Amino acid sequence: MSTPIEPIRTVHGRGVVVRGDDIDTDRIIPARYLRCVTFDDLGDALFWDVRHDDDGRPTGHPLDDERFAGASVLISGRNFGCGSSREHAPQSIRRAGFDAVIAQSFGEIFFGNSTTLGLVCIELGPDDLEEIARAVEREPAVAIEIDVEAELVRVGDRSLRGSIAASARRALTSGRYDPLAELLEGDAAIAGVAERLPYVGQR
Amino acid sequence: MTSPRTLLDKVWDAHAVRELDNGQTQLFIGTHLIHEVTSPQAFGMLRDLGLEVRMPERTFATVDHIVPTDQREEPFADALADEMIKALHANCARHGITYFDLPSGLQGIVHMVGPEQGITQPGTTIACGDSHTSTHGAFGAVAFGIGTSQVRDVLATQTLAMTKPKVRRIEVNGRLGPGVYAKDVILHIIRTLGVNGGIGYAYEYAGDVLARMSMEERMTVCNMSIEGGARCGYVNPDATTVDYLEGRPYAPKGAAWHEATERWLACASDAGCTYDDVVVIDADDIAPTVTWGINPGQAIAIHETIPHPDRVPPGERASVVEALTHMKLEGGAPIRGTKIDVAFLGSCTNARLSDFIEVARVIAGHRVAPGVKAIAVPGSTLVKEECERRGIDAVLVAAGFEWRAAGCSMCLAMNPDKLVGDQLCASSSNRNFKGRQGSATGRTVLMSPAMVAAAAVTGTIADAREVFGTREGVTA
Ligand code: SF4
Repeated sequence: MSTPIEPIRTVHGRGVVVRGDDIDTDRIIPARYLRCVTFDDLGDALFWDVRHDDDGRPTGHPLDDERFAGASVLISGRNFGCGSSREHAPQSIRRAGFDAVIAQSFGEIFFGNSTTLGLVCIELGPDDLEEIARAVEREPAVAIEIDVEAELVRVGDRSLRGSIAASARRALTSGRYDPLAELLEGDAAIAGVAERLPYVGQR
Repeated sequence: MTSPRTLLDKVWDAHAVRELDNGQTQLFIGTHLIHEVTSPQAFGMLRDLGLEVRMPERTFATVDHIVPTDQREEPFADALADEMIKALHANCARHGITYFDLPSGLQGIVHMVGPEQGITQPGTTIACGDSHTSTHGAFGAVAFGIGTSQVRDVLATQTLAMTKPKVRRIEVNGRLGPGVYAKDVILHIIRTLGVNGGIGYAYEYAGDVLARMSMEERMTVCNMSIEGGARCGYVNPDATTVDYLEGRPYAPKGAAWHEATERWLACASDAGCTYDDVVVIDADDIAPTVTWGINPGQAIAIHETIPHPDRVPPGERASVVEALTHMKLEGGAPIRGTKIDVAFLGSCTNARLSDFIEVARVIAGHRVAPGVKAIAVPGSTLVKEECERRGIDAVLVAAGFEWRAAGCSMCLAMNPDKLVGDQLCASSSNRNFKGRQGSATGRTVLMSPAMVAAAAVTGTIADAREVFGTREGVTA
């Protein structure tokens, strides 16, 4: 754990809108792509079943639309990433080139998994979300900036107030979003708790 | 005198190591469960970082997600599956982790194995790289699913960075009618509170109905907490909990047993403690429930009609249309009578002994309808053997079900058990997401095992109470 991670204070990029509420992790990455012992090649599998028909032909999904090529901010609806704990989901989003997801709300495990990977998840109210989705669909090149600390999404000359859980915000902006180094520092205290718990070590 | 506390408060406080910079808690994880799909990458990360497993004796492994339920000898026909299973074996051997593998005879879905072995105990914290870890909350454990980087964290430190959830008490009072099961209770709860209603909460399930439930029924309820957005759900430990655990291989023995049972019962929520929210549900309002859409909250009682997009609040219209389009169902039509192609009895929600006993009881003398593929997949090898000892497998096979070996199987279709094309599956599992059962256009309708049996024999979504005649169920 020697290399410190860079703080993430802002995300700049272009957006792509994947419409829908309750987009679950099975949709984000179908189970057959979980057959891997590393996460390295997951980028291509992102939304595979929605992007391809039964014969493997592209369905014209926004992620395959030329106009949104190079997008690094994914915009979706309510309860994004609900369902399974598979980290494959945020891993595939990350490896497909995204730095942030904007949605009305997030599945809880997905949110935590994403934060650990430095994938910024910010919530916006439904009206603001619709406004930004329309702006991006109208003008794919529009610049999006997410200010993590201020919990703001700036699109063109508009500035929209969003929300990011305080713990995630602090973790991202301090560069401690991967908690492992800090967890390891608690070694003595861990031993103390293990000692105190009657069931640990009992057999 | 300390003020009254919830079970969650007590367990959390006992396991809190310290506060982290970002305000989260470093939480000690008493029991860590791993399986072949979400652990190899975590071991890889550990290796890259040069770290060891902190407390290998607190981690237990089994193989469930990808393991075939028809072929049981290695090497498996699927090379990738074979590689993942070999990786788990090698990682466990290298780090000294107990592994309930196929030859042990104790293999099964990870959420079945923990309870069966008595590893799952009240007042403990349990984590596993699988969202249905909430199942273990049936024992009064604080148990939740984690991602793979967190599996790495637990392996390396036996702790996690966690935010303490709020607690919503869900009381189900009264008495369930005949033919209404634990599965209907949880589908009803999710339907009522929504698939994201539980975000940020732990669900404490209580009330007379939960008090009367067996441990297996409580596991069915807690299993689906995550489908309601709650990362964990629990039932306060009581005599039923203690009875279940007595004599299990990992349960304490002798003097330690008495000490443990006292401790377990004491971790139940205190009378008079405050909850962040309380929801009360009347058992009379719960009927056999089935899903009609593409998330577990899109559910109706068997005699209700499918929601019509024009008659739902405007905010829900788009998702109703999307669900109906995928399911090829019509808004306003009855769900009863919808033709099915596949019947799946299995998964960590409903593949326990009591589920198979109940199905065998109702299905005896009936035949699976022509053209329906019906498979029964016990959740664990021990359940499989007990079913075979009791002749339950024979009843199911005589009815026309295939009888398989233990695993997740068609719950997520990582092994060869999959839907084909737009087949519609009556399923006792917990997720009806698009593509969940292995075909992008496949359709899943969630229901109780008895309802799966009714669907199998009629070839349609049916009311088990009508198909098999209303009898006093064995349930709470
Ligand atoms: S049975 Fe289904 S829900 Fe349960 S652990 Fe296996 S894949 Fe997950």
